[in-house]
Amino acid sequence: MKTNDLILQTITKIAIFIILAFSLHLFFAGHYTPGGGFIGGLMTAAALVLLLLAFDAKTVKKIFPFDFIKVAALGLLIAVLTGMGAFLFDVPFLTHTFGYFDIPILGHTGLATAVLFDIGVYLVVIGVTMTIIQTIGEDE
Amino acid sequence: MSLLHWAILSPFIMALFVPLFYKKFRSIHTGWFVLILPILLFIYFFQFIGDTMNGRNIIESVGWIPSIGINFVAYVDGLGLLFALLITGIGSLVILYSIYYLSKDKEAIHNFYVYLLMFMGAMLGVVLSDNVLVLYTFWELTSLSSFLLIGYWYQREKSRYGAQKSMLITVFGGLSMLAGFILLSIMTNTFSIREMISQVATLPEHTLFIPAMLLILLGAFTKSAQFPFHIWLPDAMEAPTPVSAYLHSATMVKAGIYLVARLSPIFAGSAEWFWIVSTVGIITLFWGSFTAVKQTDLKAILAFSTISQLGMIMSLLGLGSAALHYDHLDKNIYMAATVAAVFHLINHATFKGSLFMVVGIVDHETGTRDIRKLGGLMGIMPITFTLAVIGSFAMAGIPPFNGFLSKEMFFTGVVNAASLDIFNMQTWGALFPIIAWIASIFTFIYSMILVFKTFTGKYQPEKLDVKPHEAPIGMLIPPIILASLVIIFGPFANILSQSIIEPAMAAIQPSLLGENGSYHVHIYYWHGWNTELFMTIGVIAIGTLLFISLLKWSKVYDLFPKRLTLNNLYDGGLVALERSSFKINKFYMTGFIRDYLVMIFAFMIVLLMSALFVKDAFAFTTTNSAPIGIYEVVLTLVLLAGTITILFAKSRLTSIISLGVVGYSVSLFFVLFRAPDLALTQLIVETVSVALFLLCFYHLPELQIKPKSLKFRLPNLIISLGVGTLVTLLALSANGSKLFESISSYFVEASYKEAGGKNMVNVILVDFRGFDTLFEIAVLGIAALGIFAMIRLRLTRGKEG
Repeated sequence: MKTNDLILQTITKIAIFIILAFSLHLFFAGHYTPGGGFIGGLMTAAALVLLLLAFDAKTVKKIFPFDFIKVAALGLLIAVLTGMGAFLFDVPFLTHTFGYFDIPILGHTGLATAVLFDIGVYLVVIGVTMTIIQTIGEDE
Repeated sequence: MSLLHWAILSPFIMALFVPLFYKKFRSIHTGWFVLILPILLFIYFFQFIGDTMNGRNIIESVGWIPSIGINFVAYVDGLGLLFALLITGIGSLVILYSIYYLSKDKEAIHNFYVYLLMFMGAMLGVVLSDNVLVLYTFWELTSLSSFLLIGYWYQREKSRYGAQKSMLITVFGGLSMLAGFILLSIMTNTFSIREMISQVATLPEHTLFIPAMLLILLGAFTKSAQFPFHIWLPDAMEAPTPVSAYLHSATMVKAGIYLVARLSPIFAGSAEWFWIVSTVGIITLFWGSFTAVKQTDLKAILAFSTISQLGMIMSLLGLGSAALHYDHLDKNIYMAATVAAVFHLINHATFKGSLFMVVGIVDHETGTRDIRKLGGLMGIMPITFTLAVIGSFAMAGIPPFNGFLSKEMFFTGVVNAASLDIFNMQTWGALFPIIAWIASIFTFIYSMILVFKTFTGKYQPEKLDVKPHEAPIGMLIPPIILASLVIIFGPFANILSQSIIEPAMAAIQPSLLGENGSYHVHIYYWHGWNTELFMTIGVIAIGTLLFISLLKWSKVYDLFPKRLTLNNLYDGGLVALERSSFKINKFYMTGFIRDYLVMIFAFMIVLLMSALFVKDAFAFTTTNSAPIGIYEVVLTLVLLAGTITILFAKSRLTSIISLGVVGYSVSLFFVLFRAPDLALTQLIVETVSVALFLLCFYHLPELQIKPKSLKFRLPNLIISLGVGTLVTLLALSANGSKLFESISSYFVEASYKEAGGKNMVNVILVDFRGFDTLFEIAVLGIAALGIFAMIRLRLTRGKEG
């Protein structure tokens, strides 16, 4: 018997963008308001999980054709590299800096290298969560 | 590295080349190559006699671990030289003998010579080392090589048993000796024996003096097969006969004697030393000779005989230490005991070595060592018979052989001991000559058994596997040389006195040296009609009577219950040890994680609770406490309700849901205590973990689903209450005794100024403490990979399983 998930799928199509936008907001606002790489990553993963529930694993793979283990690895690599980037400026590992720039559309914005590190965290969390869920989900 | 060092180490170097000789020159018996070395060493050591006779001792030092004072100091004095000559001299003879004894085609002789050379080098190292730790190193090497030699025929179960037994006992002694050496070096602040001796005046007052002495004596007694540690020696007779002749009569078993003699200058003044050494020695003497009479195996007789003779030397060393208390006497009669010890040491090496070789010949030519099967070999093996007579009569103490002299000197020693007026010897001293005399009678009996049961009586060819005939000449040469020494050291004993015995005495009792710096030892072959001579006549008379009537009274040995022997004690002890350790292990290594958890928690409770109360660390103040609001109370009640539901839930599903309740109320606590990042994370993580729990629950195997509530177990209740109380107490005390201000004010100030962020939590996570975060995400990555690997790689594992 095939069930009809029309309502769920339609709502998902709308909700997923809201969730993704919220997760990106959480991530980018992390330096000033509650949020950050960890929660942002979990929230993004939650959006993917919703997609997984409403559709199926194949659809999710078609939309996001990533190997999530590699995503986690990439995140770790970014985190390590941002730490090592400090060496170029002859300062200790994981030393961060920040500055204020005038960017055309965003205006006067504070940019911190810590955000680069946070991207690493973000990617690792997405990769790890999705790997776990996909692995367990596909196991029968 | 001096020539002396190379000489000590040369057997080890030679041992490296033995397999090469064995492989390359298969037609020549490897022993011939090996033989050259001990002969050269013997000649080399022989030339030191001139030096030691004139009181010159040779010291050569080479750094080994100089930073902690461990140097390989080779030291040649009279005592060391005596042993070095015994080791190399008898070593040469034994190797010559073994060339004829061991077939080069049937035996793994390369192994044999490697072990034997290792042993020889180790033994030289023991007797020529001045540094106690170097001495210990060589000491253990002798144990190890002796283990290998006893187990030479490792296919036989008895060899392995004997090797293990000797290993366990001698290594036990060796380790306690090491402890004794360390105590000595703590007392004297040096590892050098000579420097220890120079500090001897202050040592006896030290509290560690007696423990050090006992531990070192334990090492000496186990190595020298003293009562009750003698049990390994008879079982070591499973070794090839050259090994028995070399290790278990002439050299290794005398290592303990050497140690006692070497450390006499340090310990000999004390009453404990006198009593322990002389009593253990005299008991060993008696027990060894008493037990030897009932043996039926020739080598077993010799083994017990060796035990008893070693006991005799040991007791003489003990009795000789009394001389130190009489240095005011012009003619110190108690010194005679030490002279007798040294003299008998030489004599025993000569006659016991030759006797072992004789027994080996008998074994080799007749195929048995059982005296019940042997007899009437006199006509067939005349030379062997002559050698056996010389050796046994020397052992029994019959003139004109050297054993007679040393026995007379031994009697002098014990008779003198009866006249001692120190250490309560007035009351007990008379026992020494009596026990010694009885033991000598038994010695006489087994010596006669050895000769007459083997070589006279009825010839029983039907009991022998091979047709006996006289041994090849090469096998006879070594015992002939030793037997000639037995005869020469009889009437001409004084050739030894100045060259060997006097320097050795100078090393054993240096504080008694006369004005001209040397002893004068003169051994009188004929010393008049005195007590000792009558004692010997008595020994021969009663011994002969008892030997003739042996069959009539030998049943007395059956009176002694077999269960109560020391061997049974050893075997039973070993089995009991294994069983009990198995039981103990089985008792606490149950294999159930819950039991280990109980242990861990119980240990934690006991340790921390006692620390809390012993140190009086419990502190509770309310000064830092914030006021409790209504929200906290409500949330705490919810939390408690969730927790209690988990504990008493009937089904797992209830527990999982309750756990979720607990998790969400914790996240509400975070909200309440103003930690938005934590609240967010907690909320999501709790959701994920509850989902995972549900997944686990869903996949539980059907058959084993038995929804039932937790069983009540009192110990678990006590332990969980204990842990809870403990953690609460610790948290309260930690809160109640804050030692310094928190560093959080720095983060509050610096997070915007220095890191450009207003979310302090996030700034700490990625900037101030980014290093932790880096490895936390690494942990997450590892977890994901782990889950992936566990689930995806299950198939291959299933195949292997």
